[in-house]
Formats: sequence, structure tokens, C-alpha cells
Amino acid sequence: MEKELRSPVSQRPLIVKDGKSKTGIGATVSIELNGEKMQVQLGKTILEICKENKIHIPTLCYHEDLCIAGNCRMCLVEVEGMRTLQASCAFPVTSPVKIKTFSDKVRKARKHIVDLMLSEHYGECYSCVRNNNCELQTLAKEYGVDSYEFGHICEPRFEIDSSSHAVVRDMDKCILCRRCVRTCIDLQEVGVLEAINRGYDTKISTFMDKPLADVICINCGQCINRCPTGALHANDPSDEIWKAIEDPKKHVVLQTAPSPRAAIGEEFGLPAGISMTGQLNTAIKRMGFDRVFDTNFTADLTIMEEGTELLSRLRKAIVDKDSSVMLPQFTSCSPGWVKFIEHFYPEYLDYLSTAKSPQQMFGSVIKTFYAKEEGIDPKDIVTVALMPCAAKKFECNRPEMDSSGFKDVDYGLTTREMAKMIREAGLRLPELPKTNFDEPFGDASGAGLIFGATGGVMEAALRTVYELVTGRPVPFKNLNIDVCRGMKGIKEASVKLENCKEEFGFLEGVELKFIVAHGTANAKHVMEMLIKGELAGYHFVEIMACPGGCIGGGGQPIPTSELIRKLRVKAIYEEEASMPVRKSHENPRIKYIYEKFLTDGPGGKLSHKLLHTKYLKRGKYIN
Amino acid sequence: MNTLNKIKRTGPVLFSEYEKGSAVKKVLEMEREDILFEIKDSGLKGRGGAGFPVSTKWMITAAANADKKFIVCNADEGEPGTFKDRVLLLEYPELVFEGMIIAGYTIGAKEGIVYLRAEYSYMLEFLENFLEEMRKQNLLGKNICGKGFDFDIFIRLGSGAYVCGEETALIESLEGHRGEPRNRPPFPVNTGYLGFPTAVNNVETLASVPNIINKGGEWYHKHGTDKSTGSKLFSVSGDCKYPGVYELPWGTTLNEIINITGAEDTKAIQVGGASGICLPATEFGRKLSYEDISTGGSIMIFNKSRNMLEVLKNFMEFFVEESCGQCTPCRIGNVKLLEGVEMIEKNEYTIEYIEKLKELGRTMQVASKCGLGQSSPNPFISILENFKDEIFNNKPVLN
Ligand SMILES: Cc1cc2nc3c(=O)[nH]c(=O)nc-3n(C[C@H](O)[C@H](O)[C@H](O)COP(=O)(O)O)c2cc1C
Ligand code: SF4
Ligand code: SF4
Ligand code: SF4
Ligand code: SF4
Repeated sequence: MEKELRSPVSQRPLIVKDGKSKTGIGATVSIELNGEKMQVQLGKTILEICKENKIHIPTLCYHEDLCIAGNCRMCLVEVEGMRTLQASCAFPVTSPVKIKTFSDKVRKARKHIVDLMLSEHYGECYSCVRNNNCELQTLAKEYGVDSYEFGHICEPRFEIDSSSHAVVRDMDKCILCRRCVRTCIDLQEVGVLEAINRGYDTKISTFMDKPLADVICINCGQCINRCPTGALHANDPSDEIWKAIEDPKKHVVLQTAPSPRAAIGEEFGLPAGISMTGQLNTAIKRMGFDRVFDTNFTADLTIMEEGTELLSRLRKAIVDKDSSVMLPQFTSCSPGWVKFIEHFYPEYLDYLSTAKSPQQMFGSVIKTFYAKEEGIDPKDIVTVALMPCAAKKFECNRPEMDSSGFKDVDYGLTTREMAKMIREAGLRLPELPKTNFDEPFGDASGAGLIFGATGGVMEAALRTVYELVTGRPVPFKNLNIDVCRGMKGIKEASVKLENCKEEFGFLEGVELKFIVAHGTANAKHVMEMLIKGELAGYHFVEIMACPGGCIGGGGQPIPTSELIRKLRVKAIYEEEASMPVRKSHENPRIKYIYEKFLTDGPGGKLSHKLLHTKYLKRGKYIN
Repeated sequence: MNTLNKIKRTGPVLFSEYEKGSAVKKVLEMEREDILFEIKDSGLKGRGGAGFPVSTKWMITAAANADKKFIVCNADEGEPGTFKDRVLLLEYPELVFEGMIIAGYTIGAKEGIVYLRAEYSYMLEFLENFLEEMRKQNLLGKNICGKGFDFDIFIRLGSGAYVCGEETALIESLEGHRGEPRNRPPFPVNTGYLGFPTAVNNVETLASVPNIINKGGEWYHKHGTDKSTGSKLFSVSGDCKYPGVYELPWGTTLNEIINITGAEDTKAIQVGGASGICLPATEFGRKLSYEDISTGGSIMIFNKSRNMLEVLKNFMEFFVEESCGQCTPCRIGNVKLLEGVEMIEKNEYTIEYIEKLKELGRTMQVASKCGLGQSSPNPFISILENFKDEIFNNKPVLN
């Protein structure tokens, strides 16, 4: 069930299957690259060939996750015999060519292009979120910009749009590379952003130029992650958080999702794929947070609630023959996905699990159970959620997220923003000693940890559901359910339930079929299958709005690429493999909370009040 | 003949005797290769400006392996000073449409699309009626002339952007997207409308085809020069007594144009529209042809009373307005060039900066994504160079 590419045919990279094919065209072609003769694979772009040969070509509109645009013109090279310079990202080699990547003409053109961009670029690096991690800034340095050759704009042209909880748009810093446009429409298939007007008046805009909060943006933040400049960034609450920390009356509690720890090292110059769990805990406490908890605890809680819900749906469908029960059950822990389905498939909200996301569960648990246990007035508690995600900022501001009687989660903070706060605090994260999470939620299971990667929720749920039903652990080596893992857009598999416990006799012999999809483009594909009736017989679907799952979230360090996402995932799975508890239901704290607090068990009355939610039929109507 | 259309001179090539339907009937009896050879012998090149050999374009499209193919008639005619396609469409629609049928037959397309510029929507009804008439005569539709070939033509309206005349932007626009040029490769002949091989040809190019089929490639080749065969429609405007459309053989000199059109005191001639080049009197001996000064047909005559800086400003304003805004050199570069013109106008410039802008213009020529940005610096460079005495002499350089 692979998804078709949406990107226009003309913008897809030319893929030439291996040349031993029947066509008889040779697999390779001989070219000359800066005077050096070589054989290259037919159909590869000049940019790819240069990369393989360690020749750096500057790019701005090119991004390996996206289709080709060829509009910034930075990657121009000279191809002998052609009147004009060629965009190397968009030039597949199909005949013997001679290429020069840094001739006088090329260097002059690139410098001109940087100069032109800077002439219209309103903003100052030292007051910009992307200072030191900005592709435009880097190019200015590479091309030795020491003055504004074609002048410099000194008045802003646009108003900053900070209407959205998740994404702030500062179009004065936009260089119109349109990565955000392609991200939103091609990668995510949401289609919020598009270029409007012509010529100099061209700008990236929304439907009718409305504020981002008023259109169908799902807050995934993927556009931020691919923006080369500071034109897009997340709505940063760190000032308020600092204020809360300084306020002696406030008890500031931070929960951290699994993905930030797997990526935050990148913000401090480490290569991708190094987990910083213990160091991050130390940093958080040294910064003055009163407690640091692991969101994995509520990830385990989510599994208990969502798993129980699945079993009860199955029971109703199979035993009670209740046709109003919606199967397969879709996960609901990705707020980008939730908003996506609310906009695009409002008629299908009943397929969503009613379980809240781990972030929101933690918020309500902290302001109820924890407040009571610790004897703190919940109104003095400030809950901060460190998340890899931009959509979590929106989620915690959803009006219904107040089941504790207060705003359950006060602030969503991204990995990038946390890194900034750590730097502000003068802490050198990689060099800090390691410490543990705080009590009373000190333990979490590995199942919660792998929530960060696509397929993780499914794997965690299966470990628990299978065992609840059969009394035996899932029949996979070392509990690793490999079919859930990996970067394939849509994964599907099944596991047979045999020798079930008596109470689950109705599931005897049932082939539990599930699907895992990441990125809303893939989610859309799964939804289309659902509508066509192709998901009959499936039981459980995991959807994450972001490519790669949360580790590829819109709040994660920039840049992102498939390789970087894979490395982060690897870090998570490695850490998980060595954890003592790897099943949600075996987490002793989970047992404790159901014994002490949620005494009517998973799916019970209190958990329904605190841990479950409802959704809004938004549709695509824009006011 | 409609005098409003201002056809001033009809030549022996394009406007020669033609019996409606004759070329289509003839062509449907021919082998596709033979048609291609005939076109190749004629030496016919694209009339939309770029001058790409028609036989080559059709050959590649014909050779492409695909379920569907398209022939698109580019009737966007947006180049300032061009109005010859309009005349052809109104006066000789049979030549244009039959050219499309022949092209469709040759490349293996079953569908032809006319992309008509929005400003020409007034002729839509007339053209639709004409197509309907052709359908009735079995020149279009199923089993044309009983020869087993199915082909039909549809007209689509543009929305007023100059850049949509660029063939890949045109295709984007046809597909319902923002009209912006695509990367090339892939070329439309391989990956065109809806991803299918598509031959895009100018109205005049297509209108030239039926006569070549009837009278032969060799006959066509006899007209014009060796590298620019046949005749060309020129749209002459500006300071002359008889502006209008002229069919003249390729190789006609600018001096001849001046004589024919009754222009007096001519100071400059802009050949090829806004994106063309501006020539002073010393160059009027040059020949209109692909090998010397090429044009899609626009010729604008300026007499001594004209201020060349104003002329230039006008062109640059056009490009600032019409750039699609996609690529950096064109989107911002044209603004900088226009600013340069305004600096000269206000006498607030340095020669160094103007030279720097010319350098920038040369980068735009090689770095822009499509023909618009690649040619928009032409007037800037050619007018400032060819008329530097006029422009800079009465303005002492500030420094
Ligand atoms: C900015 C721009 C505008 C163009 N406008 C037109 C046009 O209005 N009509 C046209 O026939 N060709 C136009 N062209 C040329 C087309 O891209 C294309 O080369 C032509 O339609 C091919 O037909 P031909 O080979 O018959 O000339 C334009 C090109 C550019 C770069
Ligand atoms: S976007 Fe980049 S170049 Fe612009 S101000 Fe920010 S850091 Fe500097
Ligand atoms: S946050 Fe996601 S949905 Fe919103 S504009 Fe960016 S990519 Fe599109
Ligand atoms: S907002 Fe960022 S990603 Fe989008 S076009 Fe502008 S610079 Fe590119
Ligand atoms: S050269 Fe101009 S018109 Fe052509 S793609 Fe670039 S911006 Fe658009």
C-alpha cells in the first residue's frame, strides 16, 4: 500500500532504474566534473553527483525531503555547451557533459543572488532565532558578503503573524524558497501555504491572507523545520516560563517527552543519535524547575487507557454485535493528526480513541493526583511540557483541556526552545552529569520511550494488549516488534491471538490487524482506504502527523533529514533495549496510580474525566 | 479582409492561396515519417521567439512512448508590440487549426488545446463556431475525412499573465496551477501537460504548416534566407505611418522596414518586444533573421522625439510587473534594474553602480529560471549601451 507522490511530475527527481534494464541504455554515463573524468549513474542530478564527490554546492530551495523547485538559483553550475547556467538540483545527467562548479561565471552569479536576497531581507541576525543556524547567513559568509551591494531594505514590509499557538510567520525574513509550501502541500498534504501575487509582490500566504490561526493549519511545524531562515519559528513561551521559575510561589513542573532527549544534543554540536536523558534532567533541575518527570509515564498510562478502549470496542463489536462501534481504532496522541482529521475527515472522528495524549494526561494527573499527594495547591502549579512538537502548543491551549479544574498543561516548550533556555542558563548540556527523573513518577517503561518513533505506540500497545489477552508476552524476539519499525510511510502487519484468557475468549483465533502511518500525507491515504472500505477487518491504526513520528516533530532541532531522523530513532530503540521494564502494564507506578487514584481502573469513570477527551468537527470551513 | 486587423502586406508564403481542408486530407494519406521529412526540408523553425526547429520538436514528441500526447497552440501572444497571432486567428483560423490537426496526426496526439490569452476572449465565440463548423465538415472529431484519425481541438482561456506564454508555465496554468515556469529538463516533449508528451507551438508556426504540406518543404525553403526559411509576420508599431502586420521574407533589413512602414526620423528600433534588443540607426542595415536579429515578430519604432530612458523605464516596469516571482535573479533583479533607471532619471547615480547593475543583468541572463528573466536585462543593457550619449551626456555624473 504505497502512496503515490503528489508532487507535480515535472518536479520529481528523475529515477532511472538500474541500467541493466531491457532498454539497453547504459547504466552509467561518463562526465567531466571540474576537469576530472568519471562514470556516474544515468539520471542522477549534478547536485547528487557533487555530493558524492565531496563537492559542496550551495542550496536554499533544495531539501532532500521535498520535490525539486529550482527557484533560488544558488546551486547553479556551468554545463559546457549550454548558454545559461544550470540549477544542479534539477539537472539529471543523461548524456556525457562537462561541468564546472565554481567557474568565475558561477561564483559571480551566486554572489549576485546572495546579494539580491540580502537586499530585500529585513532582519538582524543577532536578534533572530536562527542566528548561527541559518542557511542564508551561512551563504552570506561562504560568499564573502561584506557589504550590501544592491542596498538593503530598512523598513519592514509585512506584519508578523503570531496568531497561531504553534507557528510564527515573519515574512520579512522570507526568501521565497517555498520549502514551506512544498512541505505543507506535498509532504503533509495539508495545503495551508501558497505563494500569492507576482514578481516583487510575491509572498507566501494563507487562504485569503488570513492569520494562520484561522486557517486549516494543523500546527505540525514541519514547515518550520524546513525553513532555511528565521521566517518561520515556533511561538516561544520561554519568557513566561522563566518568570514562573523565578516566582517563589510557583511550583514549576516539567514533563519531557521521549524525543527531545534523543535530539537535543544536536543543538549543542553533537552528531544526531546521541541520547541526553540524564544530562537533560540535570540541566532542567539546575535551571530551577521544581520537578522533572518523564512523559513516558503517561505514555504508559495512554497505553493502558487506549488498549482497554480497544479491547472494549472489540468486545462490543464481536460479542454484542454492536454495529455503532467504530473499528479500526485510530490513535489520538498526535495533536497534529487530531487537528488534521478534525479538518479533513470530520465525519470520522468516532474512529479516534478518546484517550488524551500523554502530555495532556500528565497535565491533569499533576494538577490532581500529584497535587494531592504532595499537598500543593494546584493553582500554584505550573506545568511545562518539553515536547518535540509544535502542535502540542496548540493542544494545551484547547479550551477543553482543563479537566483538572485548571489549565492542565500551561506551556508547551519545544526542544529548540529548551536548548535556548539551557544556553541562557549557561549550562553546557553534553558535559553535565546524569541524574534521574523525580519521584513519584521516577520509573517509566521502555514502551513509553518508543512512543517517539513511528510505530512505537503500536508496538507498545501490542506488548500490553497481547499480554492482557493471552497472559503471555508478545511472540517477538526480545519484545521487539520489527514490523512496526522503520521509515516506510505506511506499514501493516498482524498478530494472531491464540490461547486467550477466559475473559477474552471472544478473541480466540482473531488475527489482530494493524496499520502504522506517519506524516499526514500517508494518514490521508489511510483515511481514503477507510472510506473505500478497505480497512474492514483491521483493528488498530497508529498515526503520527510528522514524518518519522515525534522524533521528526516540528519542535526538533533544525536541520532535519531522513538520515537524521533515523539516527534519532536508533538512539531511542537502543536506550529502550536496556531498560528494566519494557511493558506499560508492568510499570510499578502505573499499578500504583490505578491502585491509589484511578481506582475504578482503566476506562473507568475518573479516568474518563481526567484522561479522555472529545473532538471537534472542524471541517474546512474558514471564516 | 478586416481592415481593423491592419494587415498591411500579405506575402506569397503564409498568405498564399489555400483551400480549406486540403492539407489535412493530403496529410492523412501520408506516412508520419514523410510528414516529418517534409517539415524538416522546409527548415521551419518556431515563431514564438525561440526558433526551435519544428521537425525536431515533433520528432521527439512522436518518438516518446506514452498513452496520450497533446499538441498545444500557444496563443498567449503577450509580448509587447506583437499582434500577429491575433490576425491569424481571426483571418486564417483554418490554417492554425489544420496545422494543429497535422501536428496531432504526426506526433500521435488525439487532442489539441488552444491556450488563448484572456485579452482575446472576445474571439472565443468566433473560434468555437469555426471549430464547430470544422466538426460538421468532419475535419475534426472522430474518423476525420474517413481516414480513421480521431482528433479534436479545445480552447482554454489564460488569465492575463505574460509569463504564461512560456510553454512550461502555460502547461502549469492549463493544469490549474499558478502559472510558473518549470525546470527543464524534463522538457514538455517528454513530460508536458498532465505529464504526457506535449508539443507546444506558436500560432504562426502551426499556421505555416498546411502550406508546407501542400506545396512542399522545398518550396518553403526557397523563401527567406538559408537558416531562416520562409516568411515571417512582423507586427510593426510605434512612430511610423503604416503600423500593422506585414508578411515579409526573413532577411528583410531594418532599413527596409523603415521604408515600407513610412517611418521618419527613426532613432531606434526595438526588435523582439520588451525582451528584445534596442538598435540605433547605425545598426539599421542588419537583417531580421534567426542568425542576425531574431524576433517573435514585434518591431517597435522610435523617432527622434522619444526619450530613450523613458522607453527603457517602460520596459523595466513591465518586467517588474510580469516576473512570476519564482526565482531570485528575476524577482529582485528586475527591481534593482528599474531602480537604476530611476536613479539615472533623478540624476542620482554613479557610473560604477550602473556598471554593477549591467553585471547583474548579465547574471540574470544566465541565472534566471526561464526566458523572461533571461531576457529582461536585454533592453537595460542594450539601451544603456547603444544610447549612452543621449542618456548620460545631459546628466553630469555625480560623484
Ligand atoms: C516569458 C515568455 C513568454 C512567452 N510568450 C509566448 C507567447 O506569447 N506566444 C508564443 O507562441 N510563445 C511564447 N513564448 C515562447 C514559448 O515558451 C515557446 O517557446 C513557444 O511557444 C514554442 O513554440 P514555437 O516553437 O512554435 O515557437 C514565451 C516565452 C517566454 C520565456
Ligand atoms: S533569517 Fe538568517 S540571515 Fe536573516 S536575520 Fe535571521 S539569522 Fe540573519
Ligand atoms: S504547521 Fe504544518 S500544517 Fe501548518 S502551515 Fe506548517 S506545514 Fe502546514
Ligand atoms: S517562509 Fe521559509 S520556507 Fe517558506 S518560503 Fe519563506 S524562507 Fe522559504
Ligand atoms: S525568470 Fe522570472 S518569470 Fe521566469 S521563473 Fe524566474 S521569476 Fe519567474
